[in-house]
Amino acid sequence: MIELENVGYNYGGGELLNAVSVQLAPGSFHFLTGPSGAGKTTLLKLCYGALMPTAGRVRAFNMDVHGLDRDQMAYLRRRVGVVHQDCRFLDHLPVIENIALPLLVSGRELSHEEANLQELLNWVGLSERAHALPPELSGGERQRAALARSVILSPDVIIADEPTGNVDWEMSQRLLQLLVELNRMGKTILVATHDLSLIRAAKNQVQARVLRISNRQLQLAGADL
Amino acid sequence: MTEGRLRKLILGDAQADRVVPPSGFTAQLTLFVSGAMAFLTVFALALSMASGRLADQWAEELARAATLRINAPAEQRAAQTEAALEILRQTPGVATARALTGEEQAALLAPWFGAGVPVGDLPLPQLIEVTGDEGGYDAQGLRLRLQAEVPGAVLDDHTRWRAPLVDAAQALRRLAWVSILLIGGATAAMITLAANAALAANAQVIEVLRLVGALDSYIAQAFIRRFTLRALTGTAAGMAAGMIGVFLMPEASAEGGFLTGLGFQGWGWLAPLLIPPLGALVAFAATTRAATKRLGELS
Repeated sequence: MIELENVGYNYGGGELLNAVSVQLAPGSFHFLTGPSGAGKTTLLKLCYGALMPTAGRVRAFNMDVHGLDRDQMAYLRRRVGVVHQDCRFLDHLPVIENIALPLLVSGRELSHEEANLQELLNWVGLSERAHALPPELSGGERQRAALARSVILSPDVIIADEPTGNVDWEMSQRLLQLLVELNRMGKTILVATHDLSLIRAAKNQVQARVLRISNRQLQLAGADL
Repeated sequence: MTEGRLRKLILGDAQADRVVPPSGFTAQLTLFVSGAMAFLTVFALALSMASGRLADQWAEELARAATLRINAPAEQRAAQTEAALEILRQTPGVATARALTGEEQAALLAPWFGAGVPVGDLPLPQLIEVTGDEGGYDAQGLRLRLQAEVPGAVLDDHTRWRAPLVDAAQALRRLAWVSILLIGGATAAMITLAANAALAANAQVIEVLRLVGALDSYIAQAFIRRFTLRALTGTAAGMAAGMIGVFLMPEASAEGGFLTGLGFQGWGWLAPLLIPPLGALVAFAATTRAATKRLGELS
């Protein structure tokens, strides 16, 4: 699905990642962890093409991300669902329209997707809040709305950046549950988190691999978690 | 652009339109400026058409009328007049040639000498009024022939004072056209600035749209459609106001001369109707260019 080969990233002031190689196989579940500022978000951005590696190669769906033009990049984003750390909504549109945004921009007929949309809202438990504006939502509701938006186009890969960053334990369990369900449906999942108890909780339900960034390198974390 | 995209641009996509938040103030400025520009264009257009009409009219009227003056001793005057009339009758392009009678010549001079002066006793030259037909005649050829056969004849085809008038009217028409082009350019510049401001103000929205997989063309379209429609509405209103203004001008009259002739005639009234579509076209091109450039710069 997504493959990083000796990837390095240099943000100008210094090297953040060096010689990172990882493969996200279809249907796999990966956690990405590491201290704040270690480069978790950067690594995720490299995976969905928001950043270009300064060394090495990133391949997504067997295409070199470097060679993609702007339109091809847009098509790639439709195949990778992303839950951003800060959710990234259009604040002037109600939740339901934000969730449907990927459908809208990819030219799908919204009237045909009405049932799917309702089902998705039920699944993330936001049916009651469908017509609220994003700033009116709580942290957990925002994260669930962002997750719903990331899966609306039924992507093969879902990348989530600290999806449980702003929510209480119960809500993070619920979000994890949703991600696990997606993984059982065959989706490839990559979640960045610094919440080790979340990872422990996940290990009981799904075969997850844990990647840890330390010293600019990516390591497969052991069973000590 | 495909037919589908064009149709979508015109009919719009209510949902797609909503992805960019409405911007009240810039929208109103765009409307106002394009309206003002259309209003000015109507007047420049009226000026251009009126001065064009005037130039044609003067050129035509003056070209067709000429005066032949015969300065000859009294005893030869009648013979030379007859000879000149004969030549004029033979000249192709001359519709009528008529010697003025003594009374007519006296009437022409009356404003200068008063009615009581017996001008008939003065050694006045004989005047012949010449009117050309549609095609006109060859003034130079006529002059040469008259010189050979009627030595006392002088042809005055009014060129001396006709040329500057026609030139002035044509210069006025050119100025009007330059003004229209400048107004078009200024509109394009204004729309470009407004579109750039809108694109910059909505950088966050554009970023989110890119993140969820929107193509540049989709994002650009939301802006292009807005500015094109605003320019169309603004110019339509400005055009209507301008046309009402021109319509309310006093009727063309002999006393008013050029000034009251400013306006449209006949089919000319349809010309301003081209302003809104052209204004929309200018807005479309300006916004497309601005959006393409701006979006290309974003990551």
